[in-house]
Amino acid sequence: MASVPSEPENRKCVPVASDDDLVVARREGRILAEQLGFSTSEATLVATAISELARNIVSYARRGEIQVSLVHNGSKRGINIVARDEGPGILDINLAMREGYSTSGGFGIGLPGVRRIMDEFDIASDVGRGTTITITKWKR
Amino acid sequence: MKIAKDQNPDIQEIVSGSTAELLRQLVAHLRQNRTDLREEWARRITQAKLLTAMNDAEIFAEATSVYDNYVEALETGTFEALQAYARNLSERIIPRGVQTDEVVGIVLLLRDVLARSLFAKYQADFNLLNRILDAYEPAANRIANTVAVGFVQERERIIRQQQDAIRELSTPVLQVRERLLILPIIGVMDPQRARQLTEQLLRGIRANRARVVVIDITGVAAIDSHVANHLVQTVEASRLLGATVIVTGLSPEIAQTLVNIGVDLGKMNTVGDLQGGIEEAERLLGYKVVPLTEATAKD
Amino acid sequence: MPVPILKQSHYLIATIQSALNDSDLLQLRDALVSKVGSLRSRGVIVDVTALDVLDSFASRTVRDLAYMIRLRGAETVIVGIQPEVAFAMVQLGITMEDVATALDLEEGLAYLDRKTQHGQRAL
Repeated sequence: MASVPSEPENRKCVPVASDDDLVVARREGRILAEQLGFSTSEATLVATAISELARNIVSYARRGEIQVSLVHNGSKRGINIVARDEGPGILDINLAMREGYSTSGGFGIGLPGVRRIMDEFDIASDVGRGTTITITKWKR
Repeated sequence: MKIAKDQNPDIQEIVSGSTAELLRQLVAHLRQNRTDLREEWARRITQAKLLTAMNDAEIFAEATSVYDNYVEALETGTFEALQAYARNLSERIIPRGVQTDEVVGIVLLLRDVLARSLFAKYQADFNLLNRILDAYEPAANRIANTVAVGFVQERERIIRQQQDAIRELSTPVLQVRERLLILPIIGVMDPQRARQLTEQLLRGIRANRARVVVIDITGVAAIDSHVANHLVQTVEASRLLGATVIVTGLSPEIAQTLVNIGVDLGKMNTVGDLQGGIEEAERLLGYKVVPLTEATAKD
Repeated sequence: MPVPILKQSHYLIATIQSALNDSDLLQLRDALVSKVGSLRSRGVIVDVTALDVLDSFASRTVRDLAYMIRLRGAETVIVGIQPEVAFAMVQLGITMEDVATALDLEEGLAYLDRKTQHGQRAL
């Protein structure tokens, strides 16, 4: 069920260009999650997802931003994260979303892992123009 | 004055210059007669024996807020503020023992009181009255719906909270020996409960400095692949905290489910029953259990 | 900010503070590998109690660290992974299977004692 977000609140934008920014982005995400009343476990999931997305930005696009905000849909409240960059874009989204796939020879966690732990996941990418990944986690 | 028609699909078709004007008249009338209409409403509430859990001053205060929010929703055609208010109101009155039928009842009474006052005002012009009602009714019904649903959702949220508390109480993590925890799982496993169990267990491992955990699932009839995954995750997460997990009481059905989701049962430490599991755990911890006679003979 | 590395008899203990960025972690990896060689350590403990997030990069680096230290003839054990962090890791599919883990410093030292007993060469 897609969310119909009402006006996002507490929106925070973190520019991401170096690995120090990852620490800031994670922290902002955790702060917002705890503000919403997420358990420490859930807040950790949010912070980890942000870390993965932000790192992808630094690795592939050099520069971008992470935006975190609170959203609601009816009586549901949640945290929304948008990871945006103007980098090279993803050539084959299906490939990137396949379990176990990774271009950096790592664990292949990346996007499939993030999608698994979030309630909503959306990815839009244009080769040569950039990538925008939007994820949402609702409070139970 | 503009009506945000995309926010209220019910009055979408009838937004036109004259209807907007009608709604404006309507809202102005409701604001002008606020005091009288509110009193009439409060009187009807008492007459219908609703909100008996609250005293007159409280009913009046809430009536004022509801009335103002109601008229505002009519005026703007947006319902976010009303939703937020409904949640807030519910949070306050549910602990007081106010029931769903009371909340629905008072909102419907307000709708009636306002409708009657419109009949009275426009009785001379039947056509105009009809057009006013065309503007009023869909909005009023949507408001009643919003408040009622908001109340019910709040109740459900509270019930879920209570269920969580019950779940937490009903799945204790037991320390039977130093460094050994037992988690007997009984009953129905759903993803929510599975998640809660995992969190409890991990906290328990840390608090008790457990090196071995025996998870007994003899009492679990069946699990779906989601819950089976949770079990595997629990084993893996426990290992990250330095604890070895022994799973006991695996029924053939559950074993099959695990195999189906790709779990290599050879890698998972499983023992037939709880007794055997505890013995294996003790062995891993370096305990040796000897009969009492043998022990005393050594002294 | 560099991570402090302590020497405790035959072991090295690195205690990570929170807010560790990627370069700090890579620096730690290289420092440990180097010190294991120069100090002839038998085991390494990396204490991650203060880490509130362990993502795929961090686990990869830790895995590399353990591997490289093994090549130098020493054992590595990671201690202090928080319950919430462990839970997040497994849900993301990060298992760190080939890396030894223990609950805390005490357990980590006990683990290394057990492990290095067997590998101890006769003098």
